[in-house]
Amino acid sequence: MRNITMAQAINEAIREEMRRDERVILLGEDVGAHGGPFLVTKGIFEEFGPERVRDAPISEAAIIGCAVGAAVAGWRPIAELQYSDFLATGFDQLVNQAAKIRLMSGGEINVPMVLRAPIGARVRGAQHDQCPEAWCVHTPGLKVAIPSTAYDAKGLLKAAIRDDNPVVFFEHKLLYGNRSASAAGQAILGTPALQQATGPEVPEEEYLVPLGVASLRREGDDVTVVATALMVHKALEAAEQLQEVGISVEVVDPRTLVPLDKETILTSVRKTGRALVVTEETRTASCAAEISAMISEEAFDYLDSPVVRLCTMDVPLPFAPVAQKAVIPDVVAIRQAITKLMGP
Amino acid sequence: MSAKKPSQHDKTILLSMLRKMYEIRLAEEAVYHAFLSEPMPGTIHQSIGEEAVAVGVCHALRDGDYVTSTHRGHAHAIAKGATLRAFFAEIYAKSTGMSGGMGGSMHLFDKAHGFLGSIGIVGAGLPIACGAALAAQLEGKGRVAVGFFGDGAANQGATHEAMNLAAVWKLPVVFVCENNLYAVSTPVAKSMAVAQVADRAVAYGMPGVTTDGMDVLAVYDEARKAVERARQGDGPSLVECMTYRFKGHSRFEPASYRPEGELEEWMAKDPIPRLRRLLAQQGLASEAEADALEAEVEAAVEDAIAFAKASPEVDPDQVPSYVFA
Repeated sequence: MRNITMAQAINEAIREEMRRDERVILLGEDVGAHGGPFLVTKGIFEEFGPERVRDAPISEAAIIGCAVGAAVAGWRPIAELQYSDFLATGFDQLVNQAAKIRLMSGGEINVPMVLRAPIGARVRGAQHDQCPEAWCVHTPGLKVAIPSTAYDAKGLLKAAIRDDNPVVFFEHKLLYGNRSASAAGQAILGTPALQQATGPEVPEEEYLVPLGVASLRREGDDVTVVATALMVHKALEAAEQLQEVGISVEVVDPRTLVPLDKETILTSVRKTGRALVVTEETRTASCAAEISAMISEEAFDYLDSPVVRLCTMDVPLPFAPVAQKAVIPDVVAIRQAITKLMGP
Repeated sequence: MSAKKPSQHDKTILLSMLRKMYEIRLAEEAVYHAFLSEPMPGTIHQSIGEEAVAVGVCHALRDGDYVTSTHRGHAHAIAKGATLRAFFAEIYAKSTGMSGGMGGSMHLFDKAHGFLGSIGIVGAGLPIACGAALAAQLEGKGRVAVGFFGDGAANQGATHEAMNLAAVWKLPVVFVCENNLYAVSTPVAKSMAVAQVADRAVAYGMPGVTTDGMDVLAVYDEARKAVERARQGDGPSLVECMTYRFKGHSRFEPASYRPEGELEEWMAKDPIPRLRRLLAQQGLASEAEADALEAEVEAAVEDAIAFAKASPEVDPDQVPSYVFA
């Protein structure tokens, strides 16, 4: 067992799958010798060479579309976006092509591709800090993974590469665990310590984390917190603090938003009777809203209070660190939301 | 037209071209008639008048080669090998259709023939053609991909991105522009400041040529050169075919934006009589033989329509099963 960063875990997942299956290829901007903007693919070009590891021009539509075409022709491309914000420039290829070709072809043609896209605020401003998961979750035909630990990132990515459908793989930049991605955010935004963010240790031997199975990250009796990505760690920290005042918090990490493991979430909510959904997305029409609606519909009779969403304020992310910190939920906000949910 | 006297091999190809052009023409006319006389689902974008482009290009391809198409894709699907039965069943939204009734006129797919789909978003098929070409390049068995697009699609960002990427990676792909002079109602001169789409090829670092899209042999010759170049690993090409749709943009759209006399001028270049004249002049097929071929195709179209009408409706309960593998 080793304590490796999420960036290393993703790198290992890609290498292992590329060794296992010669049809797995990697394409994106600067993914080659440079190793990608967050150095996640460092060394992969050296191992597999320029045929299977392709540096692309800054052309997100061509990158995603190329992945679609190669997948349709039987290969297993992993395409990388430098920032998930750039989904917008290649969006048609994802939502109108990748997501729909299977249905449009009457189930004849599969699109087995992975699109990796870093999410999360770390003080770059409105166009490099977003969490646009809902853009993809709203599109039938896309699977969506959002790991919170190195262990999950590796196992989920290997499962995503082997999946016969398009999978969007959201990686939170502050969870990569390497200096280039995390230092500024940790200093400014006060994110949890790396050790904790890394989560369980990563075994040497091969393993998969299946898509569609949530992880119960902490057991508790009084309230269920459903959280994704970095918010899992903030929720765990809040839960730890609340334990001291006698509030027992259960934390569920869905790990994939599509498919969504409703049963694990609902089982938890039926037990605790209260639910808080915490994500870094802006609030309106977010995945948090969708999960909240699902809980309200399917566990209404078990609820002692309304399901509550805690998300980033509905604003384009501001640059000023003091402003950015104010609009994104932090540990204090999660603690307060849980306390309020518990009632007087 | 090719100046040299065709060989026996050419005769087989020429007759095959004539048959395919008739398949497209008569199928399209039957579709048009159905939309006039029956309560048909959806809409259509027809290729009547443009048959020589699809047929000339696809005759330069092998079964294992890939094609991506456009919203105006009936001709490409048939030229690449889709059966008339599967085509009509899809137009009639039946479960036996080439897309199982899930795609429709704008989303035809035929994986067995490498037809990776008519893509309804303008320009969006070209990045996908690049991906298929990337697969072909990695596989290393000489397959190529063709991406059809229209003059309107020439101005889409995805088109520019695809052509640049293909040139940089030397992908075995041929970009075939069907320049029919209008993007819905907007004439080419109002959407491009260069005279020809092929003029742009130099900017991507690939060969570009403009050819007579009403002459199936002219298209075939240029397509063969471009396909051969791709198969040899020398990279992409842009082949622009000047053509014309004898119908409006979609369904019964009257195309009143076109100047008087223009349609007649282009109808005089109709690729089908043109090929028939060549076959007769060269002594390869008499008028009677060509008529017989046309009648055979007509019967096949009637059979296909009967098949489509007799086919079962799609089962709505099956829809969710098409979303994920």
